[in-house]
Amino acid sequence: MDDRHGISVTVNGRTYRREISGRTTLADFLRHELRLTGTHIGCEHGVCGACTVLLDGDSVRSCLMLAAQADGRQVETVEGLAAADGSLSPLQAAFIKHRGLQCGFCTPGMLMTLTELLRKQAAVTEHDVRLAVSGNLCRCTGYQTIVDAALDAAAAARGNDRSADAPSAGTASPRIEDRPLVLGQGCFVDDIDQAATLEVAFVRSPQAHARIVAIDAAEARSLPGVVAVFTLADLMEVLTDGQLPIQYPDPKLAQDLGSFVLAKDEVVYVGEPVALVVAESRYVAEDAAARVVVELDTLPAVTGCETCLSVPPPPVRTGRASNVVSDIRQSYGDIERAFASAHGTFSISLQQHRGCPHSIEPRGLIADYDKRSRRLTVWNSTQLAHELRVALMRMLGMDENEVRVITPDVGGGFGGKYCIYSDEVAVAAAAVKLGRAVKWIEDRREHFVAAVQERDQHWDLDVAYAADGRLLGVRGTLIHEQGAYILQGVNIAYNSATAFPGPYVLPAYDLRIVAATTNKVPTASVRGAGYPQGTFAMERCLDRIADMLGLDRVEVRRRNLIAADQIPYATPMKSRSGAAIVYDSGDFHAILDAALGAIDHAGFPARQAAARENGRLLGIGVACGIKGTGRGPYESGIVRIGPSGKISVYSGAAAMGQGIKTALAQICAEHFGVRPDEVTVVTGDTGAVPLGMGGFASRQTVTAGSSVHIAASRVREKVLKIASRLLEADEADLELVGGKVKIKGVPSDGLALHQIARVVHGSPGYSIPKDIGPGLESSEMFLPDGLTYGMGCHAVEVEVDPATLAPRLVRYVVVNDSGRLIDPASVEGQLVGGAVHAIGNALFEWMGFDDNAQPITTTLAEYLLPTATEVPRIKVLMPEYPTPLNPLGVKGVGESALLPAAPAIISAIESALKVPGLEIRAIPLSPSQLFALTRAVHPG
Amino acid sequence: MKPPPFRYHACSSLSQALDLLSSLDNAKLLAGGQSLMPMLNMRFVFPDHLLDINPIADLAFIRDEPEAMRIGALTRQHAIEVSDTVAQRHPILQEALAHVGHIQTRNRGTIGGSLCHLDPAAELPAVVTAIGGEIEVASARGRRTIPMAEFPAFYMTPAIEPDEIVVAIRLPHWAPGHGYAFEEFARRHGDFAVVSASVLVELAADNTVRRIAIVLAGIGTAPIRAAAAEQVLLGQAPTPEVVSRAASLCRDFEAKADPYASAAYRQHLAGALTERALRRALQRARPAGG
Repeated sequence: MDDRHGISVTVNGRTYRREISGRTTLADFLRHELRLTGTHIGCEHGVCGACTVLLDGDSVRSCLMLAAQADGRQVETVEGLAAADGSLSPLQAAFIKHRGLQCGFCTPGMLMTLTELLRKQAAVTEHDVRLAVSGNLCRCTGYQTIVDAALDAAAAARGNDRSADAPSAGTASPRIEDRPLVLGQGCFVDDIDQAATLEVAFVRSPQAHARIVAIDAAEARSLPGVVAVFTLADLMEVLTDGQLPIQYPDPKLAQDLGSFVLAKDEVVYVGEPVALVVAESRYVAEDAAARVVVELDTLPAVTGCETCLSVPPPPVRTGRASNVVSDIRQSYGDIERAFASAHGTFSISLQQHRGCPHSIEPRGLIADYDKRSRRLTVWNSTQLAHELRVALMRMLGMDENEVRVITPDVGGGFGGKYCIYSDEVAVAAAAVKLGRAVKWIEDRREHFVAAVQERDQHWDLDVAYAADGRLLGVRGTLIHEQGAYILQGVNIAYNSATAFPGPYVLPAYDLRIVAATTNKVPTASVRGAGYPQGTFAMERCLDRIADMLGLDRVEVRRRNLIAADQIPYATPMKSRSGAAIVYDSGDFHAILDAALGAIDHAGFPARQAAARENGRLLGIGVACGIKGTGRGPYESGIVRIGPSGKISVYSGAAAMGQGIKTALAQICAEHFGVRPDEVTVVTGDTGAVPLGMGGFASRQTVTAGSSVHIAASRVREKVLKIASRLLEADEADLELVGGKVKIKGVPSDGLALHQIARVVHGSPGYSIPKDIGPGLESSEMFLPDGLTYGMGCHAVEVEVDPATLAPRLVRYVVVNDSGRLIDPASVEGQLVGGAVHAIGNALFEWMGFDDNAQPITTTLAEYLLPTATEVPRIKVLMPEYPTPLNPLGVKGVGESALLPAAPAIISAIESALKVPGLEIRAIPLSPSQLFALTRAVHPG
Repeated sequence: MKPPPFRYHACSSLSQALDLLSSLDNAKLLAGGQSLMPMLNMRFVFPDHLLDINPIADLAFIRDEPEAMRIGALTRQHAIEVSDTVAQRHPILQEALAHVGHIQTRNRGTIGGSLCHLDPAAELPAVVTAIGGEIEVASARGRRTIPMAEFPAFYMTPAIEPDEIVVAIRLPHWAPGHGYAFEEFARRHGDFAVVSASVLVELAADNTVRRIAIVLAGIGTAPIRAAAAEQVLLGQAPTPEVVSRAASLCRDFEAKADPYASAAYRQHLAGALTERALRRALQRARPAGG
């Protein structure tokens, strides 16, 4: 339809005249017509707020406006906030100072919303700020540092420096990631301006299980602007196989459980990609995708797996022998004796649901194939650049020289980008087939039906305990819902099982661990990767023991915690690789006590009584967890100083907002006496880094950090060795300060790194001593001996509204051991953000399906992410118990806070209600469900 | 998620919009766009023509008239939120608007758009029902007024003809000093309510209730006037016992259920929120002549 409109829009003071299509949204106009890519698109249905801009001074969602509506109007975007000379606005500066950003994807929307608030209102309170940004979603920060930044900027604007009494430290040095991100100059995958890029839209299955009768793409192909419509048969021309291998090979698993690049003859979940449209724009691609006719013959859909052991369901996919794909045990100790000698026993069933990753930046990639050089270059928003290269090589029959994967800025991962997906392989195959650059950006609705989720686990446990509340033994069954295919493996269920004992002494344990498929989106790791569920199950058991014995819930934990003098503590469990699970350092009782002190646990009974006098229901909950971090086998760390003197770090690590670049820069900078921002860090580029694993399992500071630490120390040694010859001084008399080598105590300019690098760069005819060799570079692969375990304790005070039964978190304390802290502010950011993610899992986030396995929560208005108004201020304590397992003494932290949060919150809700017999056994818990529970035990 | 193809028309006057609406097939009006644009982006609606009425400046106003306050259909929710006239005449609107969406959606969303969208749990239709508002609609054929109570035809469907445009909302005055309260329970701040209760009350000089409106939203497909509960209070001194008895009647409506809230929970909320709203409204109410 020819619907062109000439418009004149003033953006950040500059007037642009353009002719546009009437249906172009303002967000797309800014990003793609004007190339102002600081305004981000996160949901396109007006919920996430990432696209917020100011229209004549008022904040609006630019995805909910047409560009034509901005004709003659003034628009302000994040690019207009800084002064012409590049100096930051006070708000931008405060965001950097307070770490008000992690991945930076929501940041432009946050900045615009808060810019409006601070312009219109001189004095603002924390409540004002939280209300203002309640329509802006952030998955990383937990909002706290954003609030701090806004309060600080508001105070600065009023002329009083509030930073001295700002709520959080705010004194950390700036992250090297942050300046471009607050300027709107980040480079996320959809920001890449690759000439003549075509855009992809997928045709996805509308049914959970059906046989494909026919696919008719004739009408779609005839649409102007459509370049191609591909089915699996079309792509087989360039593919070696239509089905992906399971990402991490497991000989115990059937090998035909991998997903198909595009559906072959059967679809097995709603959202499964069936065909792919390539067109000149995403608008046209979606027009065409709607015209691809897929004729389906409906088959029975398996919607759950709770009863898969007793009632064999129909197969999830025709020809599969069983929907149970894995059935193993985690077993140790004398379980029969434990039950025979028990003071008491009980059975408990728990339904646990964890939702979707929901990075605010969805997944997405650009694949560009150059036919002449036979090279495929892929820019992918991924946690797994090197693994993706391996997968593409295998699927496309290419070698290492023919495929390069580059990771641009990544707007959060949370597990959703820790998989090799069908749609990624399909887009790459389309690029190869067409010899063009092809882009696909997952939209939010696709994220609900095509990105991995964790979803459901069913736990049935029998618990044996002693008279003093100590655990004697636990046995039972865990059924984990796997979804329709296996992308990675069945590690989530295994992690849950090994996480169950947690920081406690559990003498005997016998758990049957079943993973069963269903006709739903495949599951894989979401931040926490099964550990939160194991922790929740244990903590619910301990609460129950306390209640049965009439003991204080905290006291029962104290009696079961592993004592400090038992550490290192070898649990009787083995990891999947067969290695012993050993808790390497820590003092669990001290961490519990620190949490109790910080929340004033001793004063709680008085607070609760006072609240009850006023008709308010106050409760407290305390829970512990322990997270294995730093998963191997390795992560690469290369440190190089070239003739420019620039210190560069290269790693296979994946930067996705957590601040790993800053941490690696810091680790490296220490060795050369320079500031972190003087170090360049390159991650996730297979062209720059030969080997890498990526970002998952709270691993990167441990693995990549250690490698960089060792590599930097080797380069430093070499620098000093060369300098000692050049300066004719003993190495012991040299020091490296500010990137220069000097003789201690002798005033001089010293030797700069570029001078030293130049010498070993070499000149024709001049020899380099053999004991030195050319170049200043070290490449290291630190191989950890095992996981390093960090223990944490959360204490939370909850007020439950007696009328609506809605819980409000009023006080929240996180105490967590992350070993030695490299960048404490980053660690705090991970702990607050992780706790808020878990608040979502406990109270809000629910991925629903109906009886036909149709997803029923496919918008961010239906799937509730925690917002700034729904989460409390979180106090964080970070005691350091360095691990002996790596040279830095560090432990991971990315997922740690996910573990104790939900059980602490649920325990606190029970404590607030004090309804005899009320037991919460399922999460997430909605007020409606809580109402039903209270009515069940207390009718009327 | 991009809008499907349509022809965009910027309407600079009401008559132009009415002419286009009556002459074009499958045309849809675009007001604030906070509900329509997501539906377009998600391709839930496929208009051939989109008539943008935002340029019609004389549809945005707040006027204090002798018998009623009138608000132009295109008035932004945020403008109502900060209007002194509204604060004086119908402060319940502002109390309700504090629960409506977020600043970005209130900057853009309009009162007319919200009323026409008619989400069963939306705040503005509930409050306008409680006030006893009237919806003024125009077409090329002329103008008419529809009482808000008759405005919802079906689920999320207003009782207007395809060629009609809502142009203004007439909100008859309640007595100065009337009590008001809006209570809602939503899962998160800014979400549509699970259930809301709107209460307006006038007290006679002897402190008995002389006029009252109780409206529940989120229970059925449209806002419900709780007439039985109102009857309990009318003419009575609103003692805590009377208030509780009236509120408890609000649990008796047949309530919808969805995956987020059971019918029983909604009924429970209707009673609990009405009781809260009644208490607060009565606290605010000043007796006539007082």
